[in-house]
Amino acid sequence: MRRTVFPHRLLPWLLLAPQLAITLIFFYWPAAQAFRQSMLKEDPFGLSSTFVGLANFRKVLSDPNYLNSVQVTAVFSASVAFLAMSIALFLAVQAEKIIRGKGFYRTLMIWPYAVAPAIAGMLWLFMFNPSFGTLARPLRVMGINWNPLLNADHAMILIIAAATWKQISYNFLFFVAGLQAIPRSLLEAAAIDGASRRHSFWTITFPLLAPTTFFLLVVNTVYALFDTFGIIHAVTGGGPGKATETLVYKVYNDGFVNLIMGESAAQSVILMVIVIALTAFQFRFIERRVHYG
Amino acid sequence: MARILLNDVRKSYSGNQVIHGISIDIPDGEFVVIVGPSGCGKSTLLRMVAGLEAITSGTLEIGGKVVNDLEPRERDIAMVFQNYALYPHMSVRENMAYGLKIAKMPKDQIEAQVAKAARMLELEPYLDRKPRALSGGQRQRVAMGRALVREPSAFLLDEPLSNLDAKLRVQMRLQIKEMHLRTGQTTLYVTHDQVEAMTLADRLIVMNKGVAEQIATPLEVYQTPATEFVAGFIGSPAMNIFTVEAEAGGVTLPGGHRLPLSGLPAGSLRLGLRPEHLNLAETGQPAIPVDLRSVERLGADAFGYGVIAGSDAAMTLRLPGTTQAQRGDRVDVAPDPQHLHVFDPTDGRRLENF
Repeated sequence: MRRTVFPHRLLPWLLLAPQLAITLIFFYWPAAQAFRQSMLKEDPFGLSSTFVGLANFRKVLSDPNYLNSVQVTAVFSASVAFLAMSIALFLAVQAEKIIRGKGFYRTLMIWPYAVAPAIAGMLWLFMFNPSFGTLARPLRVMGINWNPLLNADHAMILIIAAATWKQISYNFLFFVAGLQAIPRSLLEAAAIDGASRRHSFWTITFPLLAPTTFFLLVVNTVYALFDTFGIIHAVTGGGPGKATETLVYKVYNDGFVNLIMGESAAQSVILMVIVIALTAFQFRFIERRVHYG
Repeated sequence: MARILLNDVRKSYSGNQVIHGISIDIPDGEFVVIVGPSGCGKSTLLRMVAGLEAITSGTLEIGGKVVNDLEPRERDIAMVFQNYALYPHMSVRENMAYGLKIAKMPKDQIEAQVAKAARMLELEPYLDRKPRALSGGQRQRVAMGRALVREPSAFLLDEPLSNLDAKLRVQMRLQIKEMHLRTGQTTLYVTHDQVEAMTLADRLIVMNKGVAEQIATPLEVYQTPATEFVAGFIGSPAMNIFTVEAEAGGVTLPGGHRLPLSGLPAGSLRLGLRPEHLNLAETGQPAIPVDLRSVERLGADAFGYGVIAGSDAAMTLRLPGTTQAQRGDRVDVAPDPQHLHVFDPTDGRRLENF
């Protein structure tokens, strides 16, 4: 490893300081606060708090509502990550084939990313609300008893669709860049070697896209876990019942709506551990199969 | 193995023609080299044979079958790319076996084929390595191996040696020649290097600006270049070509010197003289005076670069290695009348029968 020599010992720290400050203020401090609060029990008016040790954790982990939320999150996150990535990959591959107006299509594809989550949620709500949704009536005419306000599965499908739609753009952008980085001659060599387009996609293109796919897997998982709060809040509010209450939504609900600060803090600590574990797992076991060119 | 037949093959990109009708009949087992400067369309022509570029008009037959509209995989050809195009995520073994697996060859047979090619190309120790762990020469051999194992009916190579250093290039050139003798496969080889072209080819296609200027054996191309372009392109150092005025009994060279060459059609002509066919003139012999501007001594030979005295027509001379001539000297040389090349000044075609 090359060692860079700075003219003064303090200079490197000075250069790092802004980034360190941001990380400290916006991650370590709140994380420490959450950790501290997860050990406390507050009275309903927030006037006093007592140390209760791990009681909050014990209570949260034995709460059937919490376990339900874990399940909802797993289904939701896995579906969003998988769908957002596979649809984006499909679209990116199709966009590669376009000869005229490539830039125009790409620009159009990227727009949804610029829409704020809550707005995206409203958009989907307007389309699929059972009473005033533009597309709800056609669905009912087709014989589907569409009602995300009452039917748990319908509600789940709706937020998955909205969250996926918003993330496709981002994934699309990265897949297009990834596809462009694959030398054309490799696909030509495969064509001469006798591979059909489908076969060369799965044996050449897809494996060579692995670094991009892996990066997106990590990003999409985090997206589905955290950044979809706005969509869920706007579309279902966690309902019907608790059918679409993900872990993040429950943290918000218990802490800021029901004002059970201690338990909410315990949940966010658990969530942090889950995300760290998940990301570590992805790097440890999936990245090993990634070939970096 | 197969005969390849090109009949007036053309290529246009949105109305802009880049290949202007090329016809050649390549019999089974022949080694044909397509040579020309960069941008002459030689790679495009090869890619059209491979099926990587569509043919705008004309027909292409491989093994007696018109393949214009067939996909590359249906043409039974193998190709070596300039950048080798090895699959970076596969080992050498997997790279070579890729095509065979697709062809659904039984596993043990694939093993045997790969082992055979690896032995021939001395790649056995590297079979389990990824391409990035190989040197340029080894990668080149893997690319050859990948093409060889499939035993295709035709073998296409697109500047396969241009990324190698000079020494390795000579080695690989010999290896390619030997491999062709051993397998006897019909081969099309694209290069801009005239040494590769001359040494490998049974026949040459010399291309310029999308036109096949000459299709002939290397020796014919050297001895009787069909156009002024071919004359200047093939041969090293390049042929000296300049404009002369011919009249009965002789020609007037640039600088006003006269040479008693008879039988040339009267008028303005382009005269070509190869450096190796210019000898030091003996006293009294009609000669061309050349003012030397620099002399390169290569040991066996020396090359003198200068101009015809009194003009700015460049002349390159091949002198004996022991020559005393140096910069600033005037050297008198006499052309060998057996080796005159005369070209039409308007279209550059070779003029014969004078």
